[in-house]
Amino acid sequence: MDFEEYAAKPLLATAGIAIPRGEAVTTAEEAAVVAESLGPVVVKAQVPTGKRGKAGGIKPADDAAGAEAAARDILGMTIGDHTVERLLVEERADIARELYAAVLNDTASKGPLVLFSTLGGIDIEEAAAQDASAVRRQTVDIRTGFDSAAALRLVDGLDLGAATAAVTDVLVRLYDVWRSRDAELVEINPLAITGDGSVVALDCKFTLDDLSKARHEDIAETGVPDKLTDLEAKGRELGLTYIELDGEIGILANGAGLTMTTMDAVRHYGGTPANFLEIGGQSYTKATPALDLVLANPKVKTLVVNFCGAFARTDVMTEGVVKAWEELKPDIPVFFSIHGTGSKEAIPIVRERLKMEPYPTMDDAVKAAIVAAA
Amino acid sequence: MSDLAGMIVRAPDRILVQGITGRQGSFWAERMQEYGAKVIGGVNPKRAGEEFLGLPVYATAVDAAKDTDIDVAVMFIPPMAAKAAALDAIAAGVRLLVVLTEHIPMQDVMYFMAAALDSRTRIMGPNTAGLVTPGETFVGIMPAWEEGICRPGRVGVVSRSGSLGTLACLNLVQAGLGQSAVLGLGGDPILGTTTIEALQALEQDAGTDAIVLVGEIGGTAEEDAAEFIATMTKPVVAFIAGGASPAGRKMGHAGAIVVGDKGTYQSKRTSLEGAGATVLDMPSQLGDVIHKVMAS
Repeated sequence: MDFEEYAAKPLLATAGIAIPRGEAVTTAEEAAVVAESLGPVVVKAQVPTGKRGKAGGIKPADDAAGAEAAARDILGMTIGDHTVERLLVEERADIARELYAAVLNDTASKGPLVLFSTLGGIDIEEAAAQDASAVRRQTVDIRTGFDSAAALRLVDGLDLGAATAAVTDVLVRLYDVWRSRDAELVEINPLAITGDGSVVALDCKFTLDDLSKARHEDIAETGVPDKLTDLEAKGRELGLTYIELDGEIGILANGAGLTMTTMDAVRHYGGTPANFLEIGGQSYTKATPALDLVLANPKVKTLVVNFCGAFARTDVMTEGVVKAWEELKPDIPVFFSIHGTGSKEAIPIVRERLKMEPYPTMDDAVKAAIVAAA
Repeated sequence: MSDLAGMIVRAPDRILVQGITGRQGSFWAERMQEYGAKVIGGVNPKRAGEEFLGLPVYATAVDAAKDTDIDVAVMFIPPMAAKAAALDAIAAGVRLLVVLTEHIPMQDVMYFMAAALDSRTRIMGPNTAGLVTPGETFVGIMPAWEEGICRPGRVGVVSRSGSLGTLACLNLVQAGLGQSAVLGLGGDPILGTTTIEALQALEQDAGTDAIVLVGEIGGTAEEDAAEFIATMTKPVVAFIAGGASPAGRKMGHAGAIVVGDKGTYQSKRTSLEGAGATVLDMPSQLGDVIHKVMAS
């Protein structure tokens, strides 16, 4: 789950990292009131995507009237595919130097990775792509953590001068935010050294590991809710991963890998998938609500049921689908392919109760479904 | 971490089932026993000292290891309890720990991965369907006993996904072939045993003549393995799932800085083909292609 700047920065402040004074607002009038008390400000669009500055979503203002005008410009603007509905109004910092700092999950080292660069700012990705040494990297043993000695080694020779101690202090605290908040990513860009030598986080991106949400209910509400269609929201309520697509071949399969492959097969043979829906893993007993969900999409013209059971028992899944089929009596053709755990019991269920024969391969079932949809 | 050959399970391997008394733990422990796997006991702290499926139940894996020899531990443990169970198995000194659990918080995974690096334990998973060596033994949640899917043979199968690994096995058997070893790596982003290590183990394995690699979009496992594949003596046939899936969206710059533009279907396909692997459009092409590469 991603957190926008206004929700992420308080996590830094709680950990003792300096952030500018400011407030989140949703109207131009509120922006003026906040600016009144802060003096020169920056008005920043709050949307869960990058490149806000380049899109015109970040504007400086010298006073309340200026902030109100900037807020009117930015509210309602489209950035990425998001409409701006919220702004962060912050006191303007006197930036002497822009740094970059991040802690993220690193699959290669199987642990946390701390990143630091003196080339902070909007072009950090380009700088890193041109010269890998522009961003320093430090892997961390999560059992022992990241201390100030490690932070000092990371910035060694980077000529941070009098700010060195403050920067390494931020790095240690940033790691603590990552660790204590089960972050996947926490990133400060830019981390500014100001004219008076203090070190301030001028932006922050924070991504919570969704699998740890239960440990962080206190902050989960301030995260950006996923953009879901009505059917996707219904799927989530049922504990099913359902993604609505534009095509006409409904797909019900077990396991993310097999479901993706069934979509690949539909495309390969010239059809268009209507959804991603997997009922493998712990959700293999939910075949009935799953079928309900697939059929609720009016674009679905035919349905492929593709099971290749390992953990997910095909007899249990098939019983669920066939029972749901008998109840719902849908008016579309269905094409089965069933293999793996429990298939000896599953195939007769389809044969006897739906009076049809499962196809010998996924490819055959998919091809038949595409022909029937045409 | 144990040597590469240790990831291939063998008939004499002595297996401890953590969470044996649960619904899934007991269902799969019985399947393993029926297959002939040497399940030597289970773990459930609340039922320590009892007997279950004719086996002793221990409070911890460490307790079990004091009582008997254990080669492999397999976890039927819910996500929030997985870290403690994994650390227990590592402390017990097992050669191989098969983590079936999915949805384990990522920092918990990192924690027991770090502990395993300092130990003799190799981890498979998390979120793996397990390991099958047809005709010898199996550990996990694969339909090893289904003759239409798993059969002794000379093709090694490496798969991140359980359902797709099963499909690859099915396609091999339909083509009249069998498997030397089925290695489930797991669907999580951070894995104890990576694609490259599984390929190295099968390259060394005297019972393997060719390898099927089943990957999927996301991560850089296939790209990372390409350099090694180029040096292999045995042919590799690959399928990458997810070519038709919409790309995921990530916030922040850090992801792009660390992995660049790797992880897409095209990046994986190009890397593997550049290394000399044959990449299939569809898994159903596997039979024909593997016959061809094994004959040449």
